[in-house]
Amino acid sequence: MTVPDSESSSTAAVFFAGMRSALTSVFFLVLAGTYIGIGALAHDFGFAVWWLALSSIVVWASPAQVILISTLGGGASLFEAALAVSLSAIRLFPMVVALLPLLRGPGTRTRDLLLPAHFTSVSMWVESLRLLPGMPRERRIAFCNGLSVAYMSTAVTFGFVGYYLAAGLPPLFAGALLFLTPMSFLVSTARNCRLMVDRLALGLGLVIGPLFVAYHVGLDLMWTGIVGGSLAYGIPRLREAVR
Amino acid sequence: MNITGGLWPYVVLVLVGFLPNEVWRMLGLVLARGLNEDSEIVVWARAVATAIIAGVIAKLILFPSGGLAGIPLAVRVGAAVCGFLAFVAIRRSVFIGVLVGEAALMLGGFFLSH
Repeated sequence: MTVPDSESSSTAAVFFAGMRSALTSVFFLVLAGTYIGIGALAHDFGFAVWWLALSSIVVWASPAQVILISTLGGGASLFEAALAVSLSAIRLFPMVVALLPLLRGPGTRTRDLLLPAHFTSVSMWVESLRLLPGMPRERRIAFCNGLSVAYMSTAVTFGFVGYYLAAGLPPLFAGALLFLTPMSFLVSTARNCRLMVDRLALGLGLVIGPLFVAYHVGLDLMWTGIVGGSLAYGIPRLREAVR
Repeated sequence: MNITGGLWPYVVLVLVGFLPNEVWRMLGLVLARGLNEDSEIVVWARAVATAIIAGVIAKLILFPSGGLAGIPLAVRVGAAVCGFLAFVAIRRSVFIGVLVGEAALMLGGFFLSH
């Protein structure tokens, strides 16, 4: 139940509670590390620091940003870069589909859900699904927005840190920063693997991806996704059918 | 492509980064009523997305750019394996996995690079 006369102040309080919750979660450290790595990557591929900051706000998905930076910086065509980004972002679709029913109340307008939909990313999604069910429905959107704004600010801030650290660091430390992205992706993706399908997709992608690169397959990331993902989807079902 | 000068990089960011990424979020917003998380097409889409992320991870480790390229291949792969094993062994903690992987990379890089 909302209390009409204190609604605005309580919305602000809930928003700040969301921010506080973000800054004390493990994802604060994961995001800081990941975006230091992405900042270093953007620096190494020759992007401007403000381009990186803007990309963290409008793209707001670290796999897509890594793909965008490495494909554009590596000289891929705009079409290939856009396709690879879009394929990596497919996972956002089911995440939004799963999240919004938690946020929608009887009086919620679709435009109130625009920001939470844009903010949807692995860190925010995992924390929202964990914390929102125990919260009154009318507070959830403000909490979710506070959580997301804090995560996004963390990403932008540490993007700057990584960008400038990479410029003046000894090679070993620069290498260690660039290693943060694949390392944190590997373990955080592995942690999100709940089913055999997900585990197979991770394992197959790790093997098939480099093979396609080595054999100079065009659009290698797209084919890694379609071949690896379909095999991962099909193998458990085929075994089930044969049995 | 020139990625450093003028407004062009920002136009590219919107066309190649923002729009192809955001379309899935907006599609989710529009179609959120119809599907649930366990429907078959969603499971397949998640598998494709996971395989793509895996491909990105492998490429960044095996075919790196910049500072990471100066660290030998065996150290990069070994460090990733160490980090992953630490993650599996110690409470499936992302933080510990990343910490151990980074420590292994720094140690290996320090002793084996030169």
